[in-house]
Amino acid sequence: MVQKDLVVINESGLHARPAGLLVKAASKFKSNITILYQDKNINVKSLLNVLSAGIASGSKITLVCEGEDEQEALKTLTELIESGLGE
Amino acid sequence: MKSGIAASKGYAIGKVIIKSHQEIKVTDELITDIKGEKEKFLSAVEETKRQLEKLKEQTARSMGEEEAEIFEAHMMMLEDCELVDAIISEIEVNHFNVIKAVSQATDRFIAQFEAIEDEYLRERAADLKDVRNRLMANLTGNSVDFKIDEENIVVVAHDLTPSDTAQLDKNKVIAFLTDVGGRTSHSAIMARTLEIPAVVGMGDITSSVKNGDKVIVDGFTGSVIINPGDDDLEIYKKKINEYQEELKDLKKLVSCETRTKQGKRIYVAGNIGKPEDIYQVIENGGDGVGLFRTEFLYMDRNSAPTEEEQFESYKFVLEKMGDKKVVIRTLDIGGDKTLPYMNLPDEMNPFLGYRAIRLCLDQKDLFKTQLRALLRASIYGNLSVMFPMISGVQEFLATKEIVEECKRELDEHGVVYSNDIEWGIMIEVPSAALCAEELAQYVDFFSIGTNDLIQYTLAVDRMSEKVSYIYNPMHPAVLKLIKMTIDGAHKHGKWVGMCGEMAGDESAIPTLVEYGLDEFSMSASSILSAKKLIMVL
Repeated sequence: MVQKDLVVINESGLHARPAGLLVKAASKFKSNITILYQDKNINVKSLLNVLSAGIASGSKITLVCEGEDEQEALKTLTELIESGLGE
Repeated sequence: MKSGIAASKGYAIGKVIIKSHQEIKVTDELITDIKGEKEKFLSAVEETKRQLEKLKEQTARSMGEEEAEIFEAHMMMLEDCELVDAIISEIEVNHFNVIKAVSQATDRFIAQFEAIEDEYLRERAADLKDVRNRLMANLTGNSVDFKIDEENIVVVAHDLTPSDTAQLDKNKVIAFLTDVGGRTSHSAIMARTLEIPAVVGMGDITSSVKNGDKVIVDGFTGSVIINPGDDDLEIYKKKINEYQEELKDLKKLVSCETRTKQGKRIYVAGNIGKPEDIYQVIENGGDGVGLFRTEFLYMDRNSAPTEEEQFESYKFVLEKMGDKKVVIRTLDIGGDKTLPYMNLPDEMNPFLGYRAIRLCLDQKDLFKTQLRALLRASIYGNLSVMFPMISGVQEFLATKEIVEECKRELDEHGVVYSNDIEWGIMIEVPSAALCAEELAQYVDFFSIGTNDLIQYTLAVDRMSEKVSYIYNPMHPAVLKLIKMTIDGAHKHGKWVGMCGEMAGDESAIPTLVEYGLDEFSMSASSILSAKKLIMVL
């Protein structure tokens, strides 16, 4: 298992299009991918889960990847979140 | 007469068709054939997906790619792993029939969304309901799609889902009314995109009218008259004609060049805050952007935007405007606008204190990040950059020195930028207006920021209720400073714009045109009326 603390920087947080982008990217990996936010454990492959967590811009999250391609997943998704998810 | 929230402007007189709310009966019946029930579910998912794909294509063609994206989100919801797992487990573990399984699982998610304060997220509950209804209809062999064959129809519904609005044929549907919803609900936004009037949040409109009723819809006031008398019909027919004439006249101006009667070309541009505001400027025929307030990029976040983020925003706007001029103002923070992450000092007189260019000259790194992003973006369009709150020549020269520093750094790294960028200043401090002639030797252009210029000239805070009556754009002292600024610039062959509220004020425009102002920049919705006015001056 690998993990990394991140800050969501894009303007609208994990809403709408940025959330969709993240979920799509996460779904390409075999690993289990979760975000720990406040006391919630969010499945990043589920748009409904990500949206209903209501993660606003500026939120501190922990990205956790576990599985055969965990390194690659952590790297790709970290870059995506740090680049502002297309916003 | 009934009333609700005016969600999209315009008038309509038409015949009611009620889109009934299909209640699908959920029974508690338990099943034994688990495999068969799961197959039913999966094939309904497939069918639903096919329909959504079709809707997406249809919407992309009729309304645009951006509007079609909602169905992409619907497809993702439909195949959401958590939702699918939940439904399957209701079937496998609880032996629920598929309808009940779908209803239980989706209701849990809907309840989660509806419990969130954020209005945007509550709207996602509506999306999920839309997906659920479509899925349920496919499970029961019903159809959620409705067809309208007549013209002049006012659709009345409890709520319109995205898939309902996507299917509204603008040639037949001339307005819609709903029981629920607000100005930002999906149906309201769609109505504005389709440019048809809509009144939402009416409470009980579905039970107040019947199919075939005649209604008048007033999308300006949010009122609806059911089976109107001749007097009302007469009044509204006249209003419709007038409004259509007005719209037609204004729309003609979108693509035309604005010239005064004497033939002087005047540029009417738009003010923007967020990059996506550019679409409204384009739709309203703006001759460019006269003010891009970059401070919005810095707000509602925990740290300053990176160079890369800013670069993307500037590039986006420049590309959208093609060869039209885009004037980007560097960070104007301080005064009444603060940023939590910058720890700005509390001051006795914030408007006379540490703000705008003064702050940027002091926090050089912050400033240089923005300048580098601007320089790099410059190759994507016609960029002009202006600095806020400049009070005299020295300040401008100090600012330009930092620009040169950034250019040298980019050169060292072989990064390209345009050499045609115009560098100008805001004229909002009286001293700058008084020194306009001297300043004009150094700058490429001026843009008059009237809100601050008036407040500094008349020493009045217009937010202060007891003295706000003193705030007057047409005060002789203000007009004198504006005239000095324009004359000073023209003497050195430089152009002058105005980007304060006064630029869009129809009572001020004639005077400003007479003074020789070259560019007016205002909110996008005022552009067409301003063009119209200038063309008869």
